[in-house]
Amino acid sequence: MLRRRAARFATRTSLASAPNQGREIKSVAEAASAHAGEDTTRRDFIYIAAGAVGAVGAAATIWPFVDQMNPAADTRALSTTEVDLSAIVLGQQIKVMWQGKPVFVRHRTADEISRAQRDDFASLKDPQSDAERLVQEDGQPGRPEWLILQASCTHLGCVPTFVEGSSFGGWFCPCHGSDYDTSGRIRRGPAPANLLVAPYLFLNDTSIRIG
Amino acid sequence: MSGPSTYEPASGFTRWLDKRLPIIRLAHDSFVAYPTPRNLNYWWTFGAMLSLCLVTQIVTGIVLAMHYIPHVDMAFASVQRIERDVPFGWLIQNIHAVGASMFFLAVYIHMFRGLYYGSYKAPREILWILGCIIYLLMVVTGFLGYTLPWGQMSFWGATVITNILGAVPLVGESIQVWIRGGGSIDQPTLNRFFSLHYLLPFVIAGVVALHVWALHEAGQNNPAGVDVKSKADTVPFTPHATIKDLFAVVLFLILFATFVFYMPNALGHADNFIPANPLQTPPEIVPEWYLLPFYAILRAFDFNIGPIDSKLAGVIGMFASIGVLFVLPWIDTSRVRSMRYRPIARQFFLIFVVVCFILGWCGGQNPGLILAKASDFTATLTYVEGGQVVTQPVTAASEAQFDDAAAAAREALTAQGATMTAVTREGATTATATGVIGGTQATRTVSGHTADEMETLIQEVKTEIGAGAAFFSVERRMPYTFTVTTLSQLATFYYFFFFLVLLPLLGLREKPGRVPDTIAKPVLTEQGAA
Repeated sequence: MLRRRAARFATRTSLASAPNQGREIKSVAEAASAHAGEDTTRRDFIYIAAGAVGAVGAAATIWPFVDQMNPAADTRALSTTEVDLSAIVLGQQIKVMWQGKPVFVRHRTADEISRAQRDDFASLKDPQSDAERLVQEDGQPGRPEWLILQASCTHLGCVPTFVEGSSFGGWFCPCHGSDYDTSGRIRRGPAPANLLVAPYLFLNDTSIRIG
Repeated sequence: MSGPSTYEPASGFTRWLDKRLPIIRLAHDSFVAYPTPRNLNYWWTFGAMLSLCLVTQIVTGIVLAMHYIPHVDMAFASVQRIERDVPFGWLIQNIHAVGASMFFLAVYIHMFRGLYYGSYKAPREILWILGCIIYLLMVVTGFLGYTLPWGQMSFWGATVITNILGAVPLVGESIQVWIRGGGSIDQPTLNRFFSLHYLLPFVIAGVVALHVWALHEAGQNNPAGVDVKSKADTVPFTPHATIKDLFAVVLFLILFATFVFYMPNALGHADNFIPANPLQTPPEIVPEWYLLPFYAILRAFDFNIGPIDSKLAGVIGMFASIGVLFVLPWIDTSRVRSMRYRPIARQFFLIFVVVCFILGWCGGQNPGLILAKASDFTATLTYVEGGQVVTQPVTAASEAQFDDAAAAAREALTAQGATMTAVTREGATTATATGVIGGTQATRTVSGHTADEMETLIQEVKTEIGAGAAFFSVERRMPYTFTVTTLSQLATFYYFFFFLVLLPLLGLREKPGRVPDTIAKPVLTEQGAA
């Protein structure tokens, strides 16, 4: 049985065999169509198998060239930043770089804290309480006087200014006028969400680690 | 279009070469014997200017790359060094920077030409689409190039544009990190932008070759939009088109040189002379002038459309505004090519051109800028001077019952004779109700030109009265305002309305103007002279 099929295979598809003699086969497609109407042959299997291996090979070759654009190991290694809080006086804010992006570390005054807490129930575009925004990376509650936020406007990534221009005492984005309150929540303007909280952890009373 | 080759090698060498590599034949057939319609006007000379621009950008760019350093600490200084220290660096750098603007100026005229004379219609659909691809590549290349000087506008422009990609659902953030090569615009980004900025012009050159090939296969359109009927309707490319193109190029170069020598930075932004600073955003971020219309469309979407938030809607709108050009050959149902013979479409086209300029203007303005308003912003402050302040704690049984509890507390205070009451919420279920008993009630009205001005005035009044009043009740009246955003919305609407509604419908309804017999009928053939 097997031998017979093999024989048929050889006769029907050999280019030099009788049906094809004196006729030029122009393409693989035409050669394949010589089988049209017949059952699946081993050659069909070979086409599909070769095609599949080729496709996987091509994808495997392309991948390194695509992946090389992702952040390199040294870029990823610079993923945490430690901040000494003792240098930041009450009411002041510093900007630190974390993963190439600025982060606000704000030492809030009692007035700013009370404004932030009072507005927990105001009408908010992206409702979130002040306490939720202070939570540390490990889920521990934060300290109300220290607010750690990513310094990029959730609209298109500009750095909002500190207080200046803000009607809510927080931050104001000079690009398209988004206005954030003392908890960094969006209150007015085009930004869709609150300023993102940077993941941070208190290492001791006077220092935090971001990232 | 071009018939059989008429090239005849004159010398022994050219005959020898022609049998082996018929490159002279190709050039001859493409740029010498190639038949061009007799009636082409000067709007058809921009292709030549564009070729010149591409060559200029590539040549000056290669030279600049010999001196430029793609490093965050050195890029800005290296561009300044090119301007000041490198022999003729100032000239080459200015040509490259101004050249980008000139390139876009010419390409926009070239595109409007195509739109007006229906050059995108059969059989030139592929030719048009290739042109759209070239334009897209130009936009990307221009954007990448603008990042390289590493000034404030370079840095923040790149930040805003890569953030736009972040609006794409699910994969947006990964794409953003992949493009930037890190969490933010930094050294890896600058390095790869430089590499790609060097690569893309050659890709453009490749697509331009296809564009020209497609043009020579389908043949040029012409101002009448009527197919060339016989050889009598055409003239050989050289000398007719060559000389005419050269003359137009000279005029174009005069404009080019005026910018290069007298106002090289007029088309740029002053903030790009400040080195990039990731910690400080410039007061306004605007792209280069040639991308302003698309920036206006991006910002026009300041509202959510169903599940699509405003940011994503803006991105979709912006890409759709270019994407619509790709399908234009199939959207425009009119079989008449030239708008010369489409009296109604022509008027809408002129409005379209004006709208594009309006969009460009809007893109450069602060979106909140008020252009017109129904009245001033006014606010009335009501307060009680003097009197006795009483407070009362409010405690609601649950969060849902808070409103009822607050109302009850206010009523209780009113019952005590309070003329004004207020509730300050302190927690989910707790608040303090305050009331003023006795005293004299007074009102004060302020008005300002903007909401911010009004808020400032309200603050001023509050400070002025200070402790004289326990609290204020402020009633703000916001008039209807017509802002830059509103104008961009109207213009964006017309932009899409023109392509998606007017062109498909007009093609079916409009009665074309009559084509003069001199054009419609091959007069010479009828007289048997041709």
